[in-house]
Amino acid sequence: MRNNLTCTVALAALTAGAGVASAEDLTLCWAAWDPANALIELSKDFEEKSGHKMSFEFVPWPNFADRMLNELNSGGKLCDLMIGDSQWIGGGAENGHYVKLNDFFDAEGITMEDFIPATVTGYAEWPKNTPNYWALPAFGDVVGWTYRKDWFERPEIQEAYKAKHGHDLAVPETLDELKNIAQFFQEREIDGTKVYGAAIYTERGSEGITMGVTNALYNYGFEYGNPESPYELEGFVNSAEAAAGLEFYKTLYDTATPPGSSNWYMGENIDAYKSGQVALQMNFAFIWPGVEADPNVGGGKSGYFPNPAGPSGQFAQLGGQGISVVAYSDKQDAALEYIKWFAQPDIQARWWELGGYSALKAVVEDPGFATSQPYAQTFLDSMAIVKDFWAEPTYAELLLAMQQRVHDYVIAGNGTAQTALDGLVKDWVEVFEDDGKI
Amino acid sequence: MVYTPIEKLAQATPQPMAQKVRGLSDRAIAWIFVAPSIFLLLAVNIFPLIWTIRLSFTNFKVNRANRDIEFIGLRNYERILTDSDIWMTMQATAHFLIWTIVLQVLIGFALAYLINMKFKGNDLWTTIIVLPMMLSPAVVGNFWTFLYQPQIGLFNYVVTFFTGGDPSSFSMIGDVHLAPWAIVIADTWMWTPFVMLICLAGLRSIPDSIYEAAECDRASKWRQFWTITVPMVLPFLMLAVLFRGIENFKMFDLVVQLTGGGPGNTTTLTSIDLKREAFEKWRTGYSSAYAVILFVTVFGLASIYVKALNKVKER
Repeated sequence: MRNNLTCTVALAALTAGAGVASAEDLTLCWAAWDPANALIELSKDFEEKSGHKMSFEFVPWPNFADRMLNELNSGGKLCDLMIGDSQWIGGGAENGHYVKLNDFFDAEGITMEDFIPATVTGYAEWPKNTPNYWALPAFGDVVGWTYRKDWFERPEIQEAYKAKHGHDLAVPETLDELKNIAQFFQEREIDGTKVYGAAIYTERGSEGITMGVTNALYNYGFEYGNPESPYELEGFVNSAEAAAGLEFYKTLYDTATPPGSSNWYMGENIDAYKSGQVALQMNFAFIWPGVEADPNVGGGKSGYFPNPAGPSGQFAQLGGQGISVVAYSDKQDAALEYIKWFAQPDIQARWWELGGYSALKAVVEDPGFATSQPYAQTFLDSMAIVKDFWAEPTYAELLLAMQQRVHDYVIAGNGTAQTALDGLVKDWVEVFEDDGKI
Repeated sequence: MVYTPIEKLAQATPQPMAQKVRGLSDRAIAWIFVAPSIFLLLAVNIFPLIWTIRLSFTNFKVNRANRDIEFIGLRNYERILTDSDIWMTMQATAHFLIWTIVLQVLIGFALAYLINMKFKGNDLWTTIIVLPMMLSPAVVGNFWTFLYQPQIGLFNYVVTFFTGGDPSSFSMIGDVHLAPWAIVIADTWMWTPFVMLICLAGLRSIPDSIYEAAECDRASKWRQFWTITVPMVLPFLMLAVLFRGIENFKMFDLVVQLTGGGPGNTTTLTSIDLKREAFEKWRTGYSSAYAVILFVTVFGLASIYVKALNKVKER
């Protein structure tokens, strides 16, 4: 009897204890950029409701992958939550860095059908197109274009463009039109200052030029491999159409970009655009709230459009990230609480208001969404045409090989587009062979 | 009688102290003192070196630590030595190394020669000249990026001021032919003062009496320069070359900030390439083999050079 009583008391104490979660100090790791500041603001609500304290570890983009992958590979406990780049998902899953979230989603009633399909495939699934989830889509992003609407609308510029090309200067619908417009503005004098055509991604060190050139390659017919037979690259990566896409990007770089823009990525493009050096800039959508708020180019002076179509279709490079629970964290329960809180529709709506790009359908399909910001419709249109780079565990090797091959042709001018892509096939085959995939 | 270094150390140990530690011989006490240093050396230098050599014969990847490690013999070495891209990287490193050393030695020696002359404001000028080497290489890389900017950069304006033409007509860091020189110029600007300081130490160590004796023998200034100044400063110069050679062989931060290794692979030095292989591509076995090859190269060249330096000193 006494034993039974002791057991009952102990069980009651245990049950009561389980209901009261202790307050934890959670660390969320992400890139250091504008949306991260919005997330700090948003997370105050979580702190208030949960009693947990949020700390943040933000690393600038050029060093983000280096720093965070080092952390994950070494089994570090710095991050409890990781908003990792979309390409990390394969490595995160296969190398045991991320916690699989399927059971948690089922238990909490979170369904991936509530999110934009491209973001689920891009940020959450591994292997791709299978219902195995390692992240919750956190920040939708895509490469798009920003242009100087105020310059486009000037009568003298309209007139000069029409005289040269025989049609009105308008938002380009094809890559050829985009090139014509960029070349038209190249070295043109506007308000007494020499301006240039377009700021495009050319950065060598991390991922810049790859994130840029793919916007031309996809639309000219580049494929990552045979759709019927994965890892069969020959004739897909280095097809004649893909080579034409690479030549297009080189022509754009040679004839329509500011001098000295041989190592530019997000930050440099923003600076060139905001300082009035260029008429167009290629950049991820995350910059658009900042453009709108800028005193020089914001407030209606800028317009936005999705990556224009090429001969083989219209696609755009996917950016963005999912939020994962780090497998080495000792505070996984609290981290899962954060994800549960973050997935709520009202929190996602607030996320969009603060400048974060929600991937929740309830937010982006809201009737008022498309008109809520000048760039909202472009974001929706762009998210509908996304393609992503490899997300294999060996993505870093694949990326660096592409960085080298493409930069060597586009910027350094060595060889031809065809030899660059042939070399890329050779590099990628070697990576997959080493990894036992072929 | 010949004593070993440890025995000499034991003899040098003060007597009262040795007497205090009862039951321990002088040799044991000496071992107690040197053991931490030896342990540290083994742990920090020797063990990682042996471990790196071991890894260089495997396909190990640190980001796939749960995968089986295979012993692949000399395959990593074979791949590295037959890779044309790595030879291009070696060429880029050799170009950078040779030209930075040549320019820094010539300009550094000339500056030291001028500073060594007594004139008003001598100390102030010395301080101004040595300022660049006090900056962080990453900072120097960053501001040279602005100096080389074709539209707003000072460098292009200065060049076209003398040559004529449009400042934005050329890009120092975007052109394959100019980029290797862009990193040479930035490094020379930063590190010439270091060579100057070493040369200045050499020049100031030459006793005036030697020049006075040469004057008595009616030796011309030109002759004095070649037969007194240069031979007596040569060991210092060679030391400066050794320091700069070792430093520039592992050059990383300044070049990464300036060019990121581009355009293409034009300014990808071996240290940048090695870092990419080891910590971006995570090819641990391959990069270990790469590191061993570089270690043997640097160690071999440095050994030959140090022997030459000792010979010069003995003269």
